[in-house]
Amino acid sequence: MSSTSPQSATKGFVDTDNTQQPLTGRVQLVLNMHSFGEVTHQVCRVAENRPPLAWYVAFAICLGMVGFLGFCVTYLIFTGVGVWGLNNPVMWAYDITNFVFWVGIGHAGTLISAILFLFRQKWRTGINRFAEAMTIFAVICAGLFPGIHVGRVWFAYWLFPIPNSMDMWPQFRSPLLWDVFAVSTYFTVSLVFWYIGMVPDLATLRDRAKGKFQQFAYGLAAIGWRGSMRHWHRYEVAYLLLAALATPLVLSVHSVVSFDFAVSQVPGWHTTIFPPYFVAGAIFSGFAMVVSLAVPARQLFGLKDLITLRHLDNMNKIILLTGCMVGYAYSMEFFIAWYSGAMYEKFAFVNRAFGQYWWAYWIMVSCNVITPQLFWFKAVRTSIPLMFILSIFVNVGMWFERFVIIVSSLANDYLPSSWDAFVPTWVDIGTMVGAFGLFGVLFLLFCRYLPMIAIAEVKAVMPEADPHAGHAGHAGDHAHATEGSR
Amino acid sequence: MTTHAHPYGIMAEFETPAQIMEAAKKVSAAGYRFWDCHTPFAVHGLDKAMGIKRTILPVLVFGAGATGATLGIFLQAFTNASSVSIWALVWVTGYPFLISGKPLMSVPSWIPVIFELTILLAALSAAGLMLLLNGLPRLSHPLLSNNRFRRASDDRFFVVIEARDPKFLRSKTEAFLKSLGAKHIEVVENR
Repeated sequence: MSSTSPQSATKGFVDTDNTQQPLTGRVQLVLNMHSFGEVTHQVCRVAENRPPLAWYVAFAICLGMVGFLGFCVTYLIFTGVGVWGLNNPVMWAYDITNFVFWVGIGHAGTLISAILFLFRQKWRTGINRFAEAMTIFAVICAGLFPGIHVGRVWFAYWLFPIPNSMDMWPQFRSPLLWDVFAVSTYFTVSLVFWYIGMVPDLATLRDRAKGKFQQFAYGLAAIGWRGSMRHWHRYEVAYLLLAALATPLVLSVHSVVSFDFAVSQVPGWHTTIFPPYFVAGAIFSGFAMVVSLAVPARQLFGLKDLITLRHLDNMNKIILLTGCMVGYAYSMEFFIAWYSGAMYEKFAFVNRAFGQYWWAYWIMVSCNVITPQLFWFKAVRTSIPLMFILSIFVNVGMWFERFVIIVSSLANDYLPSSWDAFVPTWVDIGTMVGAFGLFGVLFLLFCRYLPMIAIAEVKAVMPEADPHAGHAGHAGDHAHATEGSR
Repeated sequence: MTTHAHPYGIMAEFETPAQIMEAAKKVSAAGYRFWDCHTPFAVHGLDKAMGIKRTILPVLVFGAGATGATLGIFLQAFTNASSVSIWALVWVTGYPFLISGKPLMSVPSWIPVIFELTILLAALSAAGLMLLLNGLPRLSHPLLSNNRFRRASDDRFFVVIEARDPKFLRSKTEAFLKSLGAKHIEVVENR
């Protein structure tokens, strides 16, 4: 494809610092590129050329993990949930921890694609596509766990109100059923949002495709998109509507997940702070995952001019903010446990910090509250290795948060005679590790075959996209076109 | 070539958003009706310049959302709080669930499912109706068979005037598009 300027070897592989630019006004979101053709080329070549060696290595490792996941799940289905370390008081442990963890990861994708869109945060265009992909793959991983946790998986269809000869219906007053509706709606809407956003870029890949098979496959996926302005008009309205619908949806999903706990009467679960606290935690962990994925991906595929330091800096600021919110929630939970005067509640929290799972609690506090505070420093926010390490810490911390909430509350509740401890088995650990493999496989396939960056959206935020550029007579229109261009 | 007798239309290629904006205003003013702009991204304000009416999509999506909410209420009232039989592809009977002496119509606990179904139907219809109104999916189109048109998804901006337009006259339309300062003009075959 004809590109308007010669491609230098280092293009897209070297960081240009654009974090010094002022917070207001037009910020350069696409670096070192001045034509639309260059942007097309930069993104499409990832899907068109052979991936780097690291891709194959990562794919092989992840595929192996998926194989082990398949083995663990098959073993579980054939034997029963007893192969996990569950026992009488602790009937939810790794499975539900992983479920909540993965659903939470997904939230950042929707926040970036929907909420930042409504707030006209133009920097979202560089990262929204793969953040949305991350959402979908994370929700797939999440859906796996309750699916196999039901025990007799062949009855999993009982979760849905399907007319049946037994005249049996789900119990709609149960938060667990709300969860079924919330998560399946979330998955469906995220998938639709992602796909609709990708159609114009699939058309780009179709139009550039050389091989017969690529032309056919991308052609089919692009469903005949030809960039018609009459189509774009309805498309933009539909996209805005989807963003407006996904925004309350994403806030509702983790609220409903938190109802699984908050509506019960287990000390440590039965608190009103759970819905906002879970949503903040979800966005926190999700953004950490976006950073963990963006840092290697932009390096590997040479996308540093599109996912710039500024994008990463902005994401780290959100991690800092939501980290503070999570820290506030931790302390408020403790305060209310004491202030309520409820002895079981008080015990549950002291037990969390100093009981048998004290180490998990302090890992959680260190990774979620203490280390993200380093993001107050700009040097840390713009340092690639430091932000990568801190984002991994957040992922670890948020996994432990769910573990602490679920397991410590169940293991030691009202009656000391029924207390027990949960110890994971190899199947627990294998399933957890395998889910990461599944996520990795899906994500690597996405990077390889689909447009990783929203090409059409990135072009639209370039200064060159302004149809009034260079026309002095349209000063008023110009101001309108660049408004909120951050 | 005999196909030249019935071309799909004439396309004119432009290089910048500003150029297509100017061209669109002039084509619209010239009174053409069956014409379109094809751009790699949604050019801000081009729909207005072309005189495109605002789509009815939001109204339809609102209707779909309201349907979802109603469906959520009836689904839960029927399955958990009634013992009537209705025909939903097969005959099904509701079951009045009595749990801890709570009222059968426990509306607060129905809110999450009503909400999710509202969003689900609204979102699916926003995407589905947008495609339907756009005449998509479409597996072939005369423009997609044109090699030069491939750059419409890359870095070129096209104005296409269709042959079915009452004002279309090959020589005149071609001259008109030339006068707009197009970089390249080409007749698109109908195949």
